[in-house]
Amino acid sequence: MNSNQVIHALYDDDDVLLSAVKLIREKKHHIEEVYTPFPIHGLDKALGLDETRISIMAFIYGCIGFLVSILMMNYIMIEDWPQNIGGKPSFSYLENMPAFVPIMFEMTVFFAAHLMVITFYLRSKLWPFKQAENPNPLTTDDKFLVEIELHNDEKELKSLLKKTGAIDIKNVEKKEDDE
Amino acid sequence: MYYFTNKLKTFSISLMVVGFLGLTYGFLTAPDNVEEAAMMTADAHHGESHGEGQGEGHGDTHTDHDKEYISDFHEAGHNESASAQGAEHGGDHQGEHLLHQLQNKPWAALYVAAFFFMMIALGTLAFYAINRAAQAGWSPALYRVMEGITGYLLPGALIVFVILVLSGMHLNHLFIWMDPEVVAHDKLIRGKVGFLNVPGFLFRALIYIGGWATYRYFSRKFSLAQDQANDISNHKKNFRISAGFLVFFIVTESMMSWDWVMSIDPHWFSTLFGWYVFASMFVSGVTAIALITIYLKSKGYLEKVNDSHIHDLGKFMFGISVFWTYLWFSQFMLIWYSNIPEEVTYFITRIEDYNLPFFGMLVMNFIFPLLILMNSDYKRINYFIVMAGIVILLGHYIDVFNMIMPSAVGDQWFIGLAEIGGFLFFLGLFIFIVFKEISKAPLHAAGDPFMGESERFHY
Repeated sequence: MNSNQVIHALYDDDDVLLSAVKLIREKKHHIEEVYTPFPIHGLDKALGLDETRISIMAFIYGCIGFLVSILMMNYIMIEDWPQNIGGKPSFSYLENMPAFVPIMFEMTVFFAAHLMVITFYLRSKLWPFKQAENPNPLTTDDKFLVEIELHNDEKELKSLLKKTGAIDIKNVEKKEDDE
Repeated sequence: MYYFTNKLKTFSISLMVVGFLGLTYGFLTAPDNVEEAAMMTADAHHGESHGEGQGEGHGDTHTDHDKEYISDFHEAGHNESASAQGAEHGGDHQGEHLLHQLQNKPWAALYVAAFFFMMIALGTLAFYAINRAAQAGWSPALYRVMEGITGYLLPGALIVFVILVLSGMHLNHLFIWMDPEVVAHDKLIRGKVGFLNVPGFLFRALIYIGGWATYRYFSRKFSLAQDQANDISNHKKNFRISAGFLVFFIVTESMMSWDWVMSIDPHWFSTLFGWYVFASMFVSGVTAIALITIYLKSKGYLEKVNDSHIHDLGKFMFGISVFWTYLWFSQFMLIWYSNIPEEVTYFITRIEDYNLPFFGMLVMNFIFPLLILMNSDYKRINYFIVMAGIVILLGHYIDVFNMIMPSAVGDQWFIGLAEIGGFLFFLGLFIFIVFKEISKAPLHAAGDPFMGESERFHY
């Protein structure tokens, strides 16, 4: 009835959490979110999350960096102000290319890494001074929290959670502005 | 237990026969004297055009003072310009030079292929020893495949050794420093005689091969004994000898690459050559493991090997290909940038006379695996691993080709019957020995203490 009603189940072990998540999903309950102090291998698959597309973006960002480095070095070293370094003033990008390979590599990595981090922040809606959404500070230490939507199935869900090894189960009313 | 099928046996033997015919053709058509050599190149119109371009290209870098200490005797490639300049009064000299290049051709074809397949086995042995020493949990399911491939090491290395002995007996001119006539006129080589002399060279070769084969013998023995054992003492022994072997290996591998490859061009040297050859053999070894594993799996063996094992081998193929490129480029850029005549001549011959194999190899060994194997999912698809693997193996064959041919045959190279024959012959021999070795023991190393972890391994 009330979709703002959720249950917070607390776990103290990542393996227990992983099997609990699998079981909860098997019983067709909807898991809103899982809060963990560290990334858990295989949790994304157990939760049925879509595969991340950040690797595709990383490749594209890398290609952009690669292109930028080529244009940049061509402008700096060939067109604008050709320099005689090591007796190689050939005025040709291609002939001086081996000297630019380290720069091409670095720019590729630089673009891929920084743009990936920025993309991640934007997608996760993170910015400086943002209030933490974390419902329980213990999940920044050594506990794991699963947030499950409630649909008139409180009793059954609670007994299920108890069976999966939750150490604490709580009803929580989610505020609207938390969304 | 794998059964070495008659079909595969026939296939490998027919490869050997075809390869043998190709090699024989190469040896029979090699010229016997200067006139024949001159006729052959006149027919082909191949050497002429190349020779001219080269003379121009090097004329300014190699001035007369080079002649004093660089003999233009059998030396290939770079100091050819010197002989081209003096061709008017030294026509015979150049003719003899050409003759030696053409006579070297079938030998070099034989040597490149023999070395390449020995290198695969040696790279696999290093990979195996690293897994043993690191007590890797993922790989025990593949140990028997690796042990099968390293079974080729001893025969393969002995064949290379025989070729080296024949060179020492002056049956060919692959290693010009073995010729006392050359050494007498060459100040640079004279200074290296303490290291580059035939008895020392062969003695070192025996030490390398002996050390590798001894490790491989005991490691295989302990590995098989572990299958029946009740405790893990064999596993522990294997761990210890593997760690020791890796120390021995990295020293001998490096020296082997100076001896067997770099000394073909005795004036030139590179300080990271050992690493460079190592990267080449390591990626070839991992690729061979992946290809043979996929083959055996397609025949219904190795049921414990899953996608994740192939995925990990794919990661190694990808990573070590990039590592190889890093070393290749480190070697190339420093020499290209400093532009010191004695050093840069190595790359000038390769870029001018070997343009296609030199840059083609970069595409095959770097760009192709980089793009194909970058995606995580593709590393789990056998088709992609096989495709990338074949290109990587051929690319590293060309890599060895580029290391040996320019100094042995100069601009007279050609991937013809002898070269393809050499490759096919050793491919057949490799398949025959490797699958014979695999069929000797159960494919499942049941006693390995990490076997359970390897079976459950998933990414």
